[in-house]
Amino acid sequence: MSPAEATIESVDLAEVDVRELNQRLHDLAGGEPSRWRVTNPGGAHALAVGLDAEVEVEIDGHVGYYCAGMNKLATVRVHGNCGTGVAENIMSGTVIVDGDSSQSAAATGRGGLLVVKGSASARCGISMKGVDIVVHGSVGHAGGFMAQRGALVICGDAGPDLGDSIYEAHIYVRGEVASLGADCIEKEMREEHRSELAALLERGEADADVAEFRRYGSARELYNFKVDNAGAY
Amino acid sequence: MTEFDALSKEDGFRPELAGRWRPGLRESALFDRNAIHEIHRMAREGIYDIRGFGAKRRVPHFDDLLFLGASVSRYPLEGYREKCATDVTLGTRFAKEPIQLEIPITIAGMSFGALSAPAKEALGRGASAVGTSTTTGDGGMLPEERDHSDKLVYQILPSRYGMNPDDLRRADAIEVVVGQGAKPGGGGMLLGQKISDRVAEMRDLPKGVDQRSACRHPDWTGPDDLEIKIGELREITDWRKPVYVKIGATRTYFDVALAVKAGADVIVLDGMEGGTAASQDVFIEHVGIPILAAIPEAVRSLQELGMHREVQLIVSGGIRSGADAAKALALGADAVSIGVAAVIALGDNAPEFEQGYEEIGSSAGFYDDWHEGRDPVGISTQDEELASRFDPELGGRRLANYLRAMTLEAQTLARACGKSHVHNLEPEDMVALTFEAAAMAKVPVAGTSWVPGADSPG
Ligand SMILES: Cc1cc2nc3c(=O)[nH]c(=O)nc-3n(C[C@H](O)[C@H](O)[C@H](O)COP(=O)(O)O)c2cc1C
Repeated sequence: MSPAEATIESVDLAEVDVRELNQRLHDLAGGEPSRWRVTNPGGAHALAVGLDAEVEVEIDGHVGYYCAGMNKLATVRVHGNCGTGVAENIMSGTVIVDGDSSQSAAATGRGGLLVVKGSASARCGISMKGVDIVVHGSVGHAGGFMAQRGALVICGDAGPDLGDSIYEAHIYVRGEVASLGADCIEKEMREEHRSELAALLERGEADADVAEFRRYGSARELYNFKVDNAGAY
Repeated sequence: MTEFDALSKEDGFRPELAGRWRPGLRESALFDRNAIHEIHRMAREGIYDIRGFGAKRRVPHFDDLLFLGASVSRYPLEGYREKCATDVTLGTRFAKEPIQLEIPITIAGMSFGALSAPAKEALGRGASAVGTSTTTGDGGMLPEERDHSDKLVYQILPSRYGMNPDDLRRADAIEVVVGQGAKPGGGGMLLGQKISDRVAEMRDLPKGVDQRSACRHPDWTGPDDLEIKIGELREITDWRKPVYVKIGATRTYFDVALAVKAGADVIVLDGMEGGTAASQDVFIEHVGIPILAAIPEAVRSLQELGMHREVQLIVSGGIRSGADAAKALALGADAVSIGVAAVIALGDNAPEFEQGYEEIGSSAGFYDDWHEGRDPVGISTQDEELASRFDPELGGRRLANYLRAMTLEAQTLARACGKSHVHNLEPEDMVALTFEAAAMAKVPVAGTSWVPGADSPG
C-alpha cells in the first residue's frame, strides 16, 4: 500500500496537544504507510519532529520552530509559513513549505529534501551536511554558511555573505548575489552540475531554466590554516 | 637550521643551547624562560599556540580547602563497617527515564577524533565496570562507544557533526553543549592531520581539512530559543531522556538560572582549568573562572530558584582525586566529571613511554600536543599504527581502578566527617587555606570565622 492509498487521519491541534500528535506519529515507526492532516497548528513549535516512517503529514497553517526536525522517511507539507529551523538536521524524506521560512532552514541537514516555495531568511542551509534545499524565492544573509555537503538551489536572489566558509556543498543561484562570504567563489557550470540542478528543480517542483543559474562553491583556501590568510578569519 | 631555530621543539632540543643558571644571572619573573620561548615562537610562526590539556597556570583550587573531620562535637562513621553511599540519580526534573549512577564521578565528553576509537572504547569499559556514564563529543556517537558504555550521554554541539535522531534515541541522556571551561565562547578544533577517513565520514567533511567547529549553535541563540530547542529534543525522544546543558564557567549565576529556565534537567558546569583536546593556549589560560569559584555561584542560583538537587549539578575542571571530588560535592554539586584525569588513567603521559615522547620533542609529564595526532601511547591519535598500540581492555581496567580508588577516597573523607552519603557533605565541613579560596568557596579561612566578602551583597 502506498501512502496515497491510505485513509487520512485527522488531528486538530485545537483539541489535542503537540505531545500527543508527536507520540502518535512516533508510534508509526516501522509500520504501514499512512496519511495525516493536522489542523490549527497555531504556530506551535516542534511539530512532527523525529518522524521515522513513510508517512505523509499535511499541516494546514503556520508553524513555529523546528517543524519536521530530524525527519527520516516522512513527507511533511506545511500549508503556511514556518519559524526557525524547519527540517533541522533532516536525514531523509521531504519537507515542503508553501509559504516563507524563517532562519536556519534545514540547518545541519544530512539528507533528504527541503523545498521552500516562498523565500527563506538568514542562514538557510547553515552547516548543511548532505541535504538538498530548493528555495523558489530568495534567501537572506549567510545562506549556506559553513555548508559541508549537499546542494542549495536559490531561484531568486541571495543576500550578503553567501556561502561563507563553505566546504564541499554546491550552491546554485538564478538571481543576484549581494556578496559572497569568505572562501566562496563562482565556479564553472559543467555538465554534471547542469544535470544535478535539473534534477533538483524537478524534485523541488520549481519551474526554472537551468541555463539561468550560476554555481558557487569553495575556493578551498581556508581548508588548512595559513598565516597569510589570517585576515580572512 | 640556525641556533635560534634549534631551540624550537619541532627541530629537536639541544641542551647545549639551553640557558644555564650561574650565580649573578637573575631570571625575570615576568620574562621567564617560558615567556621568552613563547615570544620567540610567536616571532617565528606568526600564529597562536594550539594545544591540549587544561590550564597550566596555578589557580585557586580544591587543594586550597581542607575538611574538618569529626571529633568531640561530631562523630565519624566506621571506615569498613558503616555504609557511605555514593549513588546519584540525574534527570529527575522532567525525564521519564532518569540516569542512575553508582558513583558520583562521570566521564566528560571527549570526541572521537580527538581520541582514538580504542581509547573511546576503553572509557566505556572502565565507566561501565563501576556503574557510571561516558559522554560522546564533537564528532558523533561511535558504535564502539555505544557498545561498551552502559550509560552514554550524547552531546549536541554547535557543529552537529554526525548528529542523528537514531543516536539521540539510543542515548541515555542528551547534553546540549553551550560551552566548555577551556574555551567558553570558542568552538571545537580538530586539525587536518587527525582527520582520517572514518573521522571525515562521520563529520561529512573531506579528509585532511582543519575543522574549526562553530562556536554558536546553528538553529538557536539565547535562552528563549534554547528553551524551544530543548522542547524539540524532548519531543523527538518522547520526554524519556534527561537533557543536560553544559556551560563553561563565566557568568555562572546567570547562566545557571537561564539554563534552568530553559528547562534543563541537569547543569554541567566546567571550570576554566578544564581540559581540551585542542584549543588556543591563550583561551585555555585566560578565559573563564576556576571551578572553585563557580560551584557556589551555581548552587546559589539553584537554591534561589528552589531547584538545588531538583536540577542536578555536575561539575568539572582539574579534578584528579577523591579529595577534589568530595570537596566539589561538599560545595553542593551532585556529581563531578573528569576529562584529563581519565585520559591520564588510560596511560597518557606515563614514564614508560618516555622514548616515544622524546621522539616527538616532548617528555612524559609534559605532553600536551594532543591536537597533533602523534600520541606515542595511541590515545589522542587517528593514526592506525599508533592507535593499535593502545589496549582498550587494559585501558578500561585501569580507568575502572582509578574510579574505584577515587570513590574510596571520597567515601573516606565523607565518613571522617560523619556522613552516610557523600551528598551529605556540606560547605560547613570545610575551611580554606588562602583568602582567595575562602572568598570563592565561601568557607572561612582555617582557624578563623572569616569568609572574605561574606557581608557584601552577592
Ligand atoms: C581530549 C579531550 C577532548 C574533549 N572533547 C570535548 C568535546 O568534544 N566536547 C565537550 O563538550 N568537551 C570536550 N572536552 C572537555 C571535557 O568534556 C571536560 O569539560 C573537561 O575535560 C573537564 O576538565 P578536566 O579535563 O580538567 O577534567 C574535551 C576534553 C579533553 C581532555
